[in-house]
Amino acid sequence: MSLIAARSLSKTYLTDSVEVKALRDLSFEIEAGAFLAFVGPSGSGKTTLLNLIGCLDKPTSGGLAVAGADVLKLDRRQAAEFRGANIGFIFQSFNLLAVLTAFENVEYPLVMVQELRPAERRDRVLKALQAVGMLEQKNQLPEQLSGGQKQRVAIARALVTRPKLVLADEPTANLDHDTAYRILRLMKQMRDSFGITFIFSTHDTRIIGEAETIYSLEDGRLLQREEKGKANVQSTENRSAKLTAL
Amino acid sequence: MFNLLKIAARNLRRYKRRSLLTVSLIAFGVVFVLVFVAVTASIKDFMIAQITDSYLGALQIHRRGYVASIESLPLNLNLAPDAVSQIEKTLAGNKDVASYSERIKFGALFSNFTETTNIRINGVYPEKECAALPQMLSRISEGEQCVRGLDKGKILVPKLLAQGFGTKVGDTVVVVATNKDGSVNGKTFLVSGILESATGPGGRDGYINFDDAREILRISGKEVSEIVVRVKSLPHVEGVAQSIRAGLGLGEKKQKGGGIEVHTWSQLSPFANIANMIDLMTYFIKLMLIAIVLISILNVMIMAVYERVREIGTIAAIGTLPRKILSLFLVEGFCLGVTGAVVGVVFGLGIILALYVSKITFNFGQATGLILAPTIAPMEVVTASLLVIIVSVLASLQPAYKASRMEPIDALRHV
Repeated sequence: MSLIAARSLSKTYLTDSVEVKALRDLSFEIEAGAFLAFVGPSGSGKTTLLNLIGCLDKPTSGGLAVAGADVLKLDRRQAAEFRGANIGFIFQSFNLLAVLTAFENVEYPLVMVQELRPAERRDRVLKALQAVGMLEQKNQLPEQLSGGQKQRVAIARALVTRPKLVLADEPTANLDHDTAYRILRLMKQMRDSFGITFIFSTHDTRIIGEAETIYSLEDGRLLQREEKGKANVQSTENRSAKLTAL
Repeated sequence: MFNLLKIAARNLRRYKRRSLLTVSLIAFGVVFVLVFVAVTASIKDFMIAQITDSYLGALQIHRRGYVASIESLPLNLNLAPDAVSQIEKTLAGNKDVASYSERIKFGALFSNFTETTNIRINGVYPEKECAALPQMLSRISEGEQCVRGLDKGKILVPKLLAQGFGTKVGDTVVVVATNKDGSVNGKTFLVSGILESATGPGGRDGYINFDDAREILRISGKEVSEIVVRVKSLPHVEGVAQSIRAGLGLGEKKQKGGGIEVHTWSQLSPFANIANMIDLMTYFIKLMLIAIVLISILNVMIMAVYERVREIGTIAAIGTLPRKILSLFLVEGFCLGVTGAVVGVVFGLGIILALYVSKITFNFGQATGLILAPTIAPMEVVTASLLVIIVSVLASLQPAYKASRMEPIDALRHV
C-alpha cells in the first residue's frame, strides 16, 4: 500500500476575486521509504502540494490519503494530532524557536506534542542530535549556529518524533552549495538509516540530482516522473526497528 | 507545566525592555494600591476607633423611636426598667460583648450664677462608661483624668461651653432640668474637668454621675435613655448587633422586646458616609489597577503574537494543538502578572513599613499630632496580587486565542 495516494488533486485559491489554480488534477502514489523531490519553477505548485500532503491545507477537489488517513476528513485538531504523530517538517528558514537551545528545539515536539516522559525525551533527543552531528552544539541557541547547523537541528527535530514522513520545503534555499549538498546527503542518510520517507521541494538544479524520484511540476500540473533508482530503501517492517534506534 | 513556564520565561526575556516596562507598570500599580489601602484604612480605622471608643460606642440600644427624635432628648422615650433588665441579661450572655454602659440623656440649663445656656447632659456610671469607651478619659483636657471625675456631685463640662463661660476646674455650677412630668429641678455641681469634643468644636455634651441624673429628673427605677455597647471585634459589629437583636427577640413574630432598637455606630454617625467614601475610593483605585494591568498586558501580548506569527505557524505545523498554543501565551501573561505582583508587593510592603517606622503625624478634629501607622491586612495583599494575576491572564486571553486560531499555513507565510 502506498504511503501517499493522490487522486485528481486540485487546489484553487481565490485572491482578490481572482481564481488561481495552484494544482490541477494531480494523481500519483508515493511508496514508503521514498526520497523524492518535487521540482519546478516558482509558482509551479510545489509548496501547495507539500502543504496538502502535510495536512496544513485541504484540496479544493480530489482525494488525498496520507499514511492511511483521508486528509479531507481531518478537522483542525485531528489534523494537528495527525501531523504530530506522522509528519516531520523541515523549513526553508529553519524555523527554530529562537529562545530554545538546539537540545530544547529538538525536544519541543516531544514535550508539547507527544508528551513523553523526561528520561525518554532526553534519550531520543540526544540520539537525534548525534545522528545529525549536532551533539556538541546541543546547548547553543539558534543565533549561535550557522545556517547548515540550524538545518541539521531542524532535521533532528523532524526526526525525533519518529514520523512516517518528513516534508521539506526548499530545505537548502538559504544555504550555500556545499552546505546544501551536505544537508541533502544527511537527509538521505537519515532515510537510509531509519526508513523514513523524505519528500522535499526545490528549484535548485544543483541538488535535484540527489533525489531518487523526481516529480516535475509546472503551472500546477505534473509534467513527468523520473525514477533514478533507490539505494537501500528500508521496508516498512525494518523502519520501526530502525526508528527505535533514534 | 514546567516546560510551559520555561518557554514563557524565555520568551519574556527575549524582549527584555518591553517585559521590564510592563512588569514595572504592574508593580507600580500594585505599590500604589497597597500603600493607598494601607494609609486610608489606617486613617479610617483610627477615625472610627476615635468615634466609637470615646463617645458613640460600637453600638447603642434605645427604645423604639428615640433615635428618630434624639434632638429633643425625649424623656418619655427612655427604656423602662424591665426592658433595661432584659437588655442587660442579653448583653451579659453575649460572648462578643466586651462591656456596656447605661446613660440617661436630657437637655438642661447650665448656669455659672451669672450666665445661663443650654447643655446636653449624660448621666453615666463612671466605671462602666470608661470600660465601654476607653478613650473617654483622654478627652478630659483639664482636671482629673480618672473615673473619680464623675463621682456624685461632679460634672465634666464641654470645652466650648467652658471657654464661653470662663468656667474652670473647681468652679461650682448649676444644672437645671425639667423631668417628664413637667416639674423643674436643679442641682449644683463641682466642675471636675473640661472635656474635649470627640467629633469637633460643636460638642455640647456634659457628663454627670448616673445617680445625680436620676436625682435631677426624679427617676425612681432604673430607667435609661440608651445603652452603649463595646464589642470585642469592631469589624464584626454588624453580626454582634444581629445576635443582640435575636437575643432580644427582635424580628420575631411575637416580639419579646418589640419596643427596642439596636443601632450600630455606622447607623448613628455621619462619619460612616465618609468611611464608605474611603471604601469607594479604594474600589476606584483597584479599578485603576485593573485598567493598568489590562492595558499593559493586552498591549504586550498583542505585540508578542504579532511578532511571532511564523513561530506560531511552526509550532502549529509540527502538531502543537491549539489549546497548547493558547496555554503558551496565557502562561506568558500569567508570568508577567506574577512577576509584577511580586515586585509590587515587595516594594509596597517596604513603603508601608517605611511609613510605619517614620511615624508621620496628622491632625483629626481636636486631636493633633496623631501618628500615622499604616498597616495592611494580609488578605488585602493577597486580593491585590490575585487581582493582578487574574486580570493578566484574562488580558492575555484574546491574543492567546488569536494565536491558537491561526492557520499554520497562513502563519508560515507571514513575513
